[in-house]
Amino acid sequence: MKYVDEFRQHKLAKQLAAAIRDEVDTGRSYHLMEFCGGHTHAIFRYGVQDLMPGNVRFIHGPGCPVCVLPVGRIDNAIHLVEAEDVILCTYGDLLRVPASGRNSLIKVKAAGGDVRMVYSTQDALNIARENPDRQVVFLAIGFETTTPPSAVALQQARREGLKNFSLFCNHVLTPAAIQNILESPEVREIGSVAIHGFFGPSHVSSVIGSRPYEFFAEEFQRPVVIAGFEPLDVMQSVLMLIRQLNQGRYEVENEYTRVVTREGNQKAQRLVAEVFELRRSFEWRGLGLVPYSALKIKADYQEYDAEQRFQIPVSPAKEVKGCECPAILRGAKRPTDCKLFGVVCTPDNPMGSCMVSSEGACAAYWSYGRFRQPEAKSASTEVAI
Amino acid sequence: MCLAIPAKVVAIDELADNATVELGEVRKAVSLALVENVTVGDFVLIHVGYALNKVSEEEAQRTLELFAQAGVTP
Repeated sequence: MKYVDEFRQHKLAKQLAAAIRDEVDTGRSYHLMEFCGGHTHAIFRYGVQDLMPGNVRFIHGPGCPVCVLPVGRIDNAIHLVEAEDVILCTYGDLLRVPASGRNSLIKVKAAGGDVRMVYSTQDALNIARENPDRQVVFLAIGFETTTPPSAVALQQARREGLKNFSLFCNHVLTPAAIQNILESPEVREIGSVAIHGFFGPSHVSSVIGSRPYEFFAEEFQRPVVIAGFEPLDVMQSVLMLIRQLNQGRYEVENEYTRVVTREGNQKAQRLVAEVFELRRSFEWRGLGLVPYSALKIKADYQEYDAEQRFQIPVSPAKEVKGCECPAILRGAKRPTDCKLFGVVCTPDNPMGSCMVSSEGACAAYWSYGRFRQPEAKSASTEVAI
Repeated sequence: MCLAIPAKVVAIDELADNATVELGEVRKAVSLALVENVTVGDFVLIHVGYALNKVSEEEAQRTLELFAQAGVTP
């Protein structure tokens, strides 16, 4: 496939691995946080970690929207199906996420609830058009990548006067989450979690551009490299981060120039700004309440806001006992530090969201990394590919 | 969730603001509501049924050249 296969070439991977080995300073460590689940999977699936010197470590961040959605919001969605008798449409990622009381949307569907997996917000609009006598709610989640499609759907619904369509908005923002991690006690306190640099998300950045990262690169003195999702993109970005750290620079660099510009997709940004505004605060799983980190539907569109249209009770949600997802999402623990990992919590029987989502760190460890040797190799280890 | 794939535009329906994209043997209609000036033959990044951005051939080539230079001292 064009623009995919070229970025997975074995020969170039070998060259990049050698360049990284030559570039690292063996007297220091490099802790690099990949914010996005797409990067986590590229790292594990292609064995990128094994091509790195021992002093380069990847820390997995909270960049999986399924993983950071609090249990209470899934409970709310289940309430809409069971108490309000709506047709609930959502992306497939959310169906198996555990809600309170071992429940989930897929179990609600199995019990007769009208939950439908859709590929696109356009599918949800079609379901609303085909069922004029039923209320259709789109359970919207995701970072800046999935927000513009939600905005398009709301504008279309209003243009058509589609009175039975509404959106339950859980859209969250990337820069706020990265800032929250940098301000967290684990990162601030010496000796806890050290994060020296960040991989900026690929597809989120294609919408928002590279500019939003400039503030905290400067403020927190951490380099950021916007990285593509293919293995060679990740390796080239490692090289760029290492060079910045070695030279004492803290800049935003863009490796994914074939899609990302500094300004981003301004048409998409305009659409989002017409429909959504900042929430004062929003709860993230693992991070707690994060100020100005999520979006809500503007008053102008409130008749299409499920939170305005329906009574949604706020009930305290229960986390699964022993589940370390919250600490894993902050980069404070690894999946293998969780005593449930691989014992009672597997992709077939997930206890926490990081194991459910195909982009979750636990799912990546389970699928590709659970047989890896945990001990780090020395920086001078030769890597045979 | 944030999966997106580059696919080639093979047809455009201006009235519906849609494009047909081709990926291997698969063809699919996607919305063009988020992009501008897309023409047949362009590669676009597809995410949840929408074209998010155009993929720049020039920049892709430049990145590949950058990879090839790895190991060459800058």
